Amino acid sequence: MFEHYLNIFLTTVFIENIALSVFLGMCTFIAISKKIDAAFGLGIAVIVVCLITVPLNNFIYNNVLREGALAWAGLPEANLQFVGLISYIGVIAAAVQILEMFLDKFVPALYNALGVFLPLITVNCAILGASLFMVEKDLKFGESVVYGLGAGVGWAMAIVILAGIREKLKYADIPEGLQGLGITFIIVGLMSFGFMSFGGISL
Amino acid sequence: MANKYKEILLKPIIAENPITLQILGICSALAVTSNLTVTLIMCVALTSVVSLSNLFISIIRNHIPSSVRIIVQMTIIASLVIVVDELLKAYDYETSKKLSVFVGLIITNCIVMGRAEAFAMKEKPFPSFIDGLGNGLGYSFILIVVAVIRELFGAGTLMGVEIFPLVSNGGWYPANNLLLLPPSSFIIIGLLIWVIRVFNKEQVEEKDFNLSKHDVAPNYEKREINV
Amino acid sequence: MNDSIIKTLSVAFAVCLVCSLFVSFAAVSLRDTQNLNKINDQRVKVLQAAGIYNKANTNIEEQFSVLEAMFIDFSNNQVVSAIDGLDLDSYDPVEYSRKDGFFTAIPNDEDIAIVKNKENYGKIFILRDENNSINKVVLPIRGYGLWGTLFGYISLAADLNTVEGLEFYSHKETPGLGGEVDNPRWKKIWIGKKVYNNNKNVSLEVIKGSVNPQDQYIDYKVDGLSGATLTSRGVTNMLAYWFGESGYKQVLENLKNG
Repeated sequence: MFEHYLNIFLTTVFIENIALSVFLGMCTFIAISKKIDAAFGLGIAVIVVCLITVPLNNFIYNNVLREGALAWAGLPEANLQFVGLISYIGVIAAAVQILEMFLDKFVPALYNALGVFLPLITVNCAILGASLFMVEKDLKFGESVVYGLGAGVGWAMAIVILAGIREKLKYADIPEGLQGLGITFIIVGLMSFGFMSFGGISL
Repeated sequence: MANKYKEILLKPIIAENPITLQILGICSALAVTSNLTVTLIMCVALTSVVSLSNLFISIIRNHIPSSVRIIVQMTIIASLVIVVDELLKAYDYETSKKLSVFVGLIITNCIVMGRAEAFAMKEKPFPSFIDGLGNGLGYSFILIVVAVIRELFGAGTLMGVEIFPLVSNGGWYPANNLLLLPPSSFIIIGLLIWVIRVFNKEQVEEKDFNLSKHDVAPNYEKREINV
Repeated sequence: MNDSIIKTLSVAFAVCLVCSLFVSFAAVSLRDTQNLNKINDQRVKVLQAAGIYNKANTNIEEQFSVLEAMFIDFSNNQVVSAIDGLDLDSYDPVEYSRKDGFFTAIPNDEDIAIVKNKENYGKIFILRDENNSINKVVLPIRGYGLWGTLFGYISLAADLNTVEGLEFYSHKETPGLGGEVDNPRWKKIWIGKKVYNNNKNVSLEVIKGSVNPQDQYIDYKVDGLSGATLTSRGVTNMLAYWFGESGYKQVLENLKNG
């Protein structure tokens, strides 16, 4: 059983890396990767939020939305999958808000470190994407916890690597028009080709 | 008046393109561009969502309390996306399967939220609609260029119709399979940005550091060597 | 004015009400078309694998009616026409291979194709000729390639050994390399190949490189996909698993003996 979870984790982090293989959360990925510190903070915030929202959405999907899930409420015919999108985004927005208030009150140090990044995360497609892929892969609750963690860790790792490269790149002599955004795109492309070499690995 | 609308419509297509200048909505630009048909459907979906959401949000803009602003916008956008998703599943099942989660991800596409927040909350409904349309078209423009390059040179086809007969099918064109891989779209967009900035100099970003010229190295003569 | 509690609540309520009406209306009115699409999509793949799909005829239901769908009961390897509590038309073995109580976990040493869970009830499509004897059968197969699981259908001729067609309906293989499993020229090679050798062992495999036309075992070998060793191996393993003892082998024997 442990092996199964480890496999899901490694697959999500390396083979199906949410940033470099499915290209989610790209806007923040490119915008907030100029400095390693900021990238690291955002990465941690994404891990935390993914770890909370993916299992939460999994619970809602399995117990409320999916076909036949409402049998416990006497409605075995109901199929609410079409409101899935709006429920997931609602859950994410609410979870982020609550997390923010919770951190502010009880862990102010962490709040100061993550605070600015939390509101950004609601509209980060990596988070919603992780929930949507969770539904598509039809994961069980335990699997979804591992998947959420893996998705977050993979994204965080990718943005820290990119920030590291960009910090070095400041000193490079890049053609005028390619400066900044252009070269970043090309680097992400090359990184993503690199990550393709993880394909085919399975435990 | 007509000129103003024209400007709102045309500006986001190249001069203020949401993808290449504002870095918004890139995610889907990468994943759905290996095939032109799929790309076109995605463009239509996004353009209709962004223009309609701009329109509706602008209509009720004076009644939205600022405390629940974001969630109201999100609800309207999410509803529109769900309807688009349902329509696709009903009328173009093949494409909707290929787009999988990316239609749903229009909700978090920053272009939609960004325009709602930056334009529709301040302006009248009609200009907002036009602004949404313009931004949708700007997004579509980049996506279509990328998709044409990827499909034509990667598979020798356009919208599934053979343009260059492939060697593997007895023709003359050896397909560049690299282009069909998703990472290649990053590189294509990177190069596109370069091309756009060659013509639009004002978009060029400042360098963090400049190389000093060798002939003007400061105080070269005066430097002392401590052994 | 806008920020009073009453106004906030009423705006939120009104927006929710309008949006939910709008969304539910769309979802409910389109549901039938969507379900039909989903079923027809599978039907087209089955027809394509059987090599009898007519693109010009848009009435999929009519085209599909020549095929007879049946359940496979893997507990005794018999083909049966009904299972209590399951609807034959909409039954999807892949979906049920994840449903509690409807699958059996495959022991690791038997799981050569990395299928993980096998459904307790399979599905088979049978095409009969005028004399009501079997002309073709179509069987679902799946297995792991390079990036993920490939899902497909394979069809066999009346001898239940000669391949009549192969069609993958879902896979994540690299375009241009493993993705060439969709290449019509490659799919055509499969027609006429044999699954079992004279000793009734699964011998059909995808080899590395091209098949030598003089090879005496040419009937059991298919050209490999260039640059896609792992995908080719995945397809071979898939055949070995699904046509082996734990797959359809006994089912096909039973079907042959009536």
